[in-house]
Amino acid sequence: MFSEFLQYLFTGITIGATYALIALGFTLIYNASHVINFAQGEFLMVGGMATVSLMGMGFPMPVAIIAAILLAAVLGVALQRLAIAPAKQADPVTLIIITIGASIFIRGIAQLVWGRAYHSMPNFSGSEPVTIGGAVVSTQSFWVLGVGAVLVVALVLFFTRTMTGKAILATSMNKGAARLVGIKTQSVLLLAFLLSAILGSIAGIIVAPITFTAYDIGIMLGLKGFVAASLGGLGSGMGAIVGGLLLGVVEAMTAGYISSDYKDAVAFGMIILVLFFMPRGLMGARVVERV
Amino acid sequence: MSALIDVRGLDKAFGGVHAIEGLSFSVEAGQIYSVIGPNGAGKTTLFNLITGLYTPTAGEIQLEGKSVVGLAPNQLAELGMCRTFQQMQICMNMTALENVMLGRHLQLKSNLLTTLLRLPSLLKDEEDCRDHAVELMKFVGCGDYLETQASAMSYGALKRLEIARALAANPKVVLLDEPAAGLNAVESAELEELIKKIAAQGTTVVLVEHDMKMVMGISDHILVINYGRKLAEGTPEEIRNNPDVIAAYLGG
Amino acid sequence: MLNSLIKNRLSGLLLLTVIVFILPAFFSNPFHYDMATQIAIFATTVVGLNLLVGFAGQISLGHAGFFGLGAYFSAVMTGTYGWSPVPTLLVGAALVGLLAYVVGRPILKLKGYYLSMATLAMGFIIAITINNEGWLTGGPDGMPVPSLSLFGWELSTFSVYSFLGMEISGSLAWYWLMGVLLILGVWLAQNLIDSPIGRALRSVHGSEVAASVVGVDTAKFKNLVFVISAVYASLMGSFYAHFQGFITPDSAGFMESIIFVTMVVLGGMGSTLGVILGAVILTLLPQLLADFHDYEMMMFGLILMLTMIFMPKGLLPTLSRWLGEKMHKQAEDKA
Repeated sequence: MFSEFLQYLFTGITIGATYALIALGFTLIYNASHVINFAQGEFLMVGGMATVSLMGMGFPMPVAIIAAILLAAVLGVALQRLAIAPAKQADPVTLIIITIGASIFIRGIAQLVWGRAYHSMPNFSGSEPVTIGGAVVSTQSFWVLGVGAVLVVALVLFFTRTMTGKAILATSMNKGAARLVGIKTQSVLLLAFLLSAILGSIAGIIVAPITFTAYDIGIMLGLKGFVAASLGGLGSGMGAIVGGLLLGVVEAMTAGYISSDYKDAVAFGMIILVLFFMPRGLMGARVVERV
Repeated sequence: MSALIDVRGLDKAFGGVHAIEGLSFSVEAGQIYSVIGPNGAGKTTLFNLITGLYTPTAGEIQLEGKSVVGLAPNQLAELGMCRTFQQMQICMNMTALENVMLGRHLQLKSNLLTTLLRLPSLLKDEEDCRDHAVELMKFVGCGDYLETQASAMSYGALKRLEIARALAANPKVVLLDEPAAGLNAVESAELEELIKKIAAQGTTVVLVEHDMKMVMGISDHILVINYGRKLAEGTPEEIRNNPDVIAAYLGG
Repeated sequence: MLNSLIKNRLSGLLLLTVIVFILPAFFSNPFHYDMATQIAIFATTVVGLNLLVGFAGQISLGHAGFFGLGAYFSAVMTGTYGWSPVPTLLVGAALVGLLAYVVGRPILKLKGYYLSMATLAMGFIIAITINNEGWLTGGPDGMPVPSLSLFGWELSTFSVYSFLGMEISGSLAWYWLMGVLLILGVWLAQNLIDSPIGRALRSVHGSEVAASVVGVDTAKFKNLVFVISAVYASLMGSFYAHFQGFITPDSAGFMESIIFVTMVVLGGMGSTLGVILGAVILTLLPQLLADFHDYEMMMFGLILMLTMIFMPKGLLPTLSRWLGEKMHKQAEDKA
C-alpha cells in the first residue's frame, strides 16, 4: 500500500523535475523578452536525439552529451537571432505562431536526419534499479534529481552572484531602465535563449533513458513545461520548480490510482482550476493594473 | 438636498501603504470641482476608487445618495459617471469617430438578432449615434478627424477625443484626470474653454490637474490632498491664501 | 460617408460571392471540388474564430475542441442513434454553445498567455476524452459518419444527382452547399462587426479599461463572442464529419487548433477576407508540399516562420498596404 504510493511519488518527482527544468527554460525566456517559446520542447528532443545518435556512431557518452548540448545551444542562439529578433514588434499571438513554426521546422529537420523511430538510451550508471521502502527506483531517477538540483543551484548563483545574471534580472524588470544603466539588452535576450536551450537539452538528455526519445517528443514535453510554468506563475523561478514537481506528482498519482489514459487530462484540468482561483498561477506576481 | 458625489472616510491601502486615508468630501451638482496635490498625493488613486477600478479598503462613496462601493466601472457608467485617464485609454484599433460612438454604447438598443440580420431599426439607431458623435467631435474641436484612425492622431487631439467619448454617454458627471498634461499653452487655453462649455451644459466636472492657472481660473471648489489625506478645501481664493497649501507646494 | 462604408462592406462580400461562383470554371475533376469544399469548411470556421481572436483580441488555442465536438456529436447521433443529420448538427451547435458559455465565464477572465494556456488545456481535455471513450467514439481509430441528408437527399461525394434536369455530382453539390454557407457565414460575421456589438468587441481589444468606463460589460461581450465562435466551429465540424464520411480524434486535437489560429494570423487578424485566404493557403500547402515527402514538415515550419516574421500583420493586410502604396506612387508619378 505505502510502497505503491512511494513508487508513484518517485515516478512523479522524477518526471516533475524534468518538467521543472523545461518550465525554468520558459521562465528564462519569458522574463527576458515576454515571449512564450513554444519551441522549448524541441531543445529536449535535440539533446536526447543527438546524444543517442552520436553514441550510435561510436562516440563515448560524455563526448556525445557535450556535443548534443553544444548543438542545442547553437540552435537556441539561432532561434533568437533569426526568428525572434527580426519580429520584435509583433503581436504576442504572432510570436506564438513564429515559435510554433520554428518547432515544426526543427522537428522536420530531426525527422530527416534521425528518422521517425523511437530510440532508447542506456542509463548513465548501472541498469540495476534500487529498492527504497518497497518502491523500485531506476538509478537514472537519481541522476535526474541530482542534475536538476545542481542546475537550479547554479542558476540561483548565476542570478544572484554574477553581473551578467543581475543584468538579466534587471532587464526583465525594466528594459528601458536597464538600457539606461548600460546593459546591452539585445545580448541579454540572446543569453536567455542560450541558457534556456542548454537547460532544455540537459533535461532531454537526463530523462531520455527513462522515457525513450524520438523526433516528435518535443511537442508534449514543451506543453507540459508551459503548464508547469503557468501553474507556478509565469516569470517566477520558484513557481516553475513548484509547478513542475506538482504537475509530475499529480500525473503519476492519477496514472497510478485513477487511470493512465486520463493523466494528461487531469493535469490540464488542474491548470484550469488553479487559474480560475489564482489567475496568475500559484506564485505569480500580484500586480495592480495601472491606468 | 444631498450632494451628487459624497465620499466619507475613504481608505485605500496597497500592501501596508495608505494611498488614500480617511478622506471625506462632497461634490455638488453643476460644479467644476478640482482635486489638486503634489505628485504621488493619491489623486489618480482617488479617481480609480470613485470610478470603480479599485475597491476601497474602507469608507463610503455615494452617487446621488446611493452607495456605489463595489460596483464595476460599467455599472457606474450606467448610473451616469464617465471619466478620462491621465494615461489615455483610446482604442487605437478604431477610427476617431468609432471611439466616440463607443461612448454611446449604453444608449443603443440592439440585440443579437437585429445585429446579425442587420435590420432597419439597427441602421436607424446607428445613424443617430453617428450624428450625435459627429456633433460631439465638433464640440470638442476634433471635427477634422472624423474618419482618421485613432493611432494616427496627435496627442492633443486624442486628449480631446477622450473627452468627447466620455461626454457621448450624456453623463451626469465626468471625471477628467490631468486633461492638460502634455498640452502647449494654446491647447491648454482651448481646453479651459471646453471644460467651461461642458459645465455650462449642466454636466458636473471633477478635475485632477497640475496646471494651477487653469485650476484657479475655472474651479468652483478645490480639494487639496497630500499623502492621501485632505490638506484643505474651499474656493480658489481660500486655497490660494491657505498657508498649509503653500507650505506643501513650496516646502515639499 | 455612410454610403461608402456600406459599399466597402458589400464589396468584400461581393468579391467572395463572385469567386465562389466562378471557381468551378477552373475545376477539372472531383478532387478540385473536394479540396474547395474542405477549404470552405475551414474558412467558415476561422471566420468565426476571427471574431474572437482578430476583433475581440482574445486568443484561443483550443478551438478545434469545439470543431471536434460538433463533428463527433453528428457522427455519434446520426450514426449510432439514427438521428436526422440537420437537426442533429443544430442541437450539437446549441450544446457546444452552451458548453462555451459555461467554460467561457471563468476562462475569459484570464489575460494573455494565461488565456492561451487555459484554452489549450480545454482543447486537450476534449481531445483526450474523445480518444479514450472508444465505446462511443471509436477511440484513436476514429469512426465512420453517415452521409448528410438534406431535404430527403443523401448528399454523398460518390453519387450523382439530377437537379432541374441537370446532372450534378455529389462533389459539386457539396461545393455549392459549403460555398453558400461560407458566404452566409461571412455576411453574418460582417454584420456583427459593423454594429454596436462589434464596436464593443473591438473596444475590448483596443482598451478594456476604456470599454468598461463607457459602460461596456466586457465579460459579457467576451463570453458572447466566445460562444458565437464556438457555434461556428461546431457547425462546421458537423459538416466536415458528414463530408469526410469518417472522423478521427485528430480533428479535435492541439495541432488542428494551432492550424485554425495560424489561418487567422497568417491571413490577417481582423480581416475577414484575409482569414479566408489563410484557410486557402494552409489547406493547400500540405497538398503542394506532399511532393516533397520527407521535406514536407520542415518546409511547412519554415514557410510559417518566414511569413510571420516578414508579414507580422498577416498576408492580406500586408498585400493591400503594399498595393495601396504602389498605386499611390503611380498616381504621384503621373502627376
